Amino acid sequence: MNNEIIACFPQWANYSHAFRYLFENGFDVKYMTPPPITKKTLELGSKNSPDYVCTPFKYCLGCYLEALSSGANCLMQIFGACRLNYYGELAEQILKDMGYKFHFFNMANVKWTSPKSIMENLRVVNPNASLFKIVKALPTTIAIIETIDEFDDFVRHNVGFEVNEGDFDRTYKEFNEKLDEVNSMRQFKKLKKEYAKKFKAIPINKPQKTIKVGMVGDYYTVQEPFSNYFMEKELAKMGMEVFRDMNLTNTIIHNQWKKRRKVAKRYAKYNIGATANFTIAEALNFAKQGMDGVIQVKCFGCTPELDAMPILQNVSKDYQIPILHFSFDSQTSETGVKTRLEAFYDMVEARRKDNNLEKEKAI
Amino acid sequence: MKIGIPRALLYYKNEKLWTTFFSELGIEYLISPQTNKEIVANGANLAIDETCLPTKILLGHIDYLKDKCDYVFLPRVARVNGCGMCTKFLAQVDLVKNTFRDDNLNYLFYNQEKDKKKSEYKAFLKMGKFLNLKPKDIKAAYLKARAVQDSFNKQRQEAQEKIFKETKKNKVLVVAHAYNVGDQFVGQPIIRALKELDCEPIIAEYFDEKECIKASYNLTKTLPWAYNRHLVGAVELYKDKVDGIVILTTFPCGPDSMVNEMILHKVKNLPILLLTMDAQDATAGIETRLESYVDIINFKKERANE
Repeated sequence: MNNEIIACFPQWANYSHAFRYLFENGFDVKYMTPPPITKKTLELGSKNSPDYVCTPFKYCLGCYLEALSSGANCLMQIFGACRLNYYGELAEQILKDMGYKFHFFNMANVKWTSPKSIMENLRVVNPNASLFKIVKALPTTIAIIETIDEFDDFVRHNVGFEVNEGDFDRTYKEFNEKLDEVNSMRQFKKLKKEYAKKFKAIPINKPQKTIKVGMVGDYYTVQEPFSNYFMEKELAKMGMEVFRDMNLTNTIIHNQWKKRRKVAKRYAKYNIGATANFTIAEALNFAKQGMDGVIQVKCFGCTPELDAMPILQNVSKDYQIPILHFSFDSQTSETGVKTRLEAFYDMVEARRKDNNLEKEKAI
Repeated sequence: MKIGIPRALLYYKNEKLWTTFFSELGIEYLISPQTNKEIVANGANLAIDETCLPTKILLGHIDYLKDKCDYVFLPRVARVNGCGMCTKFLAQVDLVKNTFRDDNLNYLFYNQEKDKKKSEYKAFLKMGKFLNLKPKDIKAAYLKARAVQDSFNKQRQEAQEKIFKETKKNKVLVVAHAYNVGDQFVGQPIIRALKELDCEPIIAEYFDEKECIKASYNLTKTLPWAYNRHLVGAVELYKDKVDGIVILTTFPCGPDSMVNEMILHKVKNLPILLLTMDAQDATAGIETRLESYVDIINFKKERANE
């Protein structure tokens, strides 16, 4: 039997490139970039998941199954403030009962106050891992994540207005491919500089006043484009500028939870759980910035986001801003999503015209 | 001054604690009636579709209370017994406040953020101060209330253990949250149906909370929710002593969606029936399922005896 460790973290936005760096340069193991999510991934996941567990669990399970069948033998899961905390253990149990053999690095198992527990759990990935090496790899991993988020933001703001269709996509893909060849901070800085220039050089035709839409939602669905039916792309195609604050940089690297909770305080006295207060604060910020609309995407059954919905409805009333809610499960129709988005666009555009007319009248 | 207590969610765990506390201090209170069809329908109308049934029921009870009292009692508990709670319990205060925003209700807040030894007392103290009561009186009332609730729990547990030892009927462990098994609309019809089928329903929730939570770590390590740990612990302690397990869940309960699956993976060789209830009641269908389930238990017993 081959003893080489091949680690894999479920597909989640574009962060696999950063994780690859961490695992290959820090843990000294091979990293498998998870196969891109397809409908089959979701089908595979749903088939083996409990019925009404939230959809990200199904995506993760599908992803594990695909990764296992293409050779990965060390899987992992993070922890969180909601059902996410239990993802790891249940997925491990389901997969082991299916007969798979693998290591599982479950971060919910770690007692973060005890260095011994941290070391023990890190060694699940690689028994010979050196803490020094892992810590040394962290700054570059963080820099990669920050850059991915930075570029993502730039793309969201501009891709709808590119002159030659596909310019942004092509450059972005190139950047991702080159990221997988990076093995040091120096190489990374060079790459970042190169592509920051390339992105800025893409010709765009952006009007001074664009239609601005903010995206909010649960941690997975808002970040993983497949799970929200590539909504950001669809919105951009209609010529909108998309805003979104929820990413790794704003939540884990530069922790903003407390700040957001303060913003949301007027509507939510307490912590509602997981991303709900963040979502409310973001929607509020978007409303205050005078955006044309907000879209909330969530997976079916996401309790915290569900509890945020009545509050978002109040925000919508108070600030006169349309908020569209999407709840995705494993059987959402793509056409249905598109139709609703089109209707949303028409409404937002009509409102903007009305507002302009009123302004002209006032003058 | 009259305080309205919604008969939903946390009520079923803290009934005696709250009512004793208020009556010790001479505060008048009104508990909303047993859940009925109308309350469920009203709650479902007020809630977003996907919301879980217990939350819909909570909204229905608040709707009932809203013009019958001066203050609506709104408790929030974020942690107990070293474990977290389902985010529903974290959110219920803000959810109610935002849903009934236009009704301008007065609320009596109770918030237990941590699960240290004195957290519960501090939460009562804060609530009492809001009602302009003296700290001395609050403390006395709280201690009395805690004692009453504890002895109520203990009596209930001992009564059940007695039945457990003496009964000759089929013993069916009913695994359901307190607010489901105690609810007239959700859990009680199932309990009645089990009794009619000549079974002895053993309520997992009645067993000692601390003992169960401790035992639950043998079955699952990272389960984050206190109430589910209580149930899982009861399953771990009694799985070899009962004839079957009925898991009663409400749709679409977040924690249960995963924990039930874990129980199904861990407990083998025991007939397990999974019942999911939603706002549309369909007792007829459930009765049929219970009947055939009890048949399986009897059949299994007969074969073992042969």
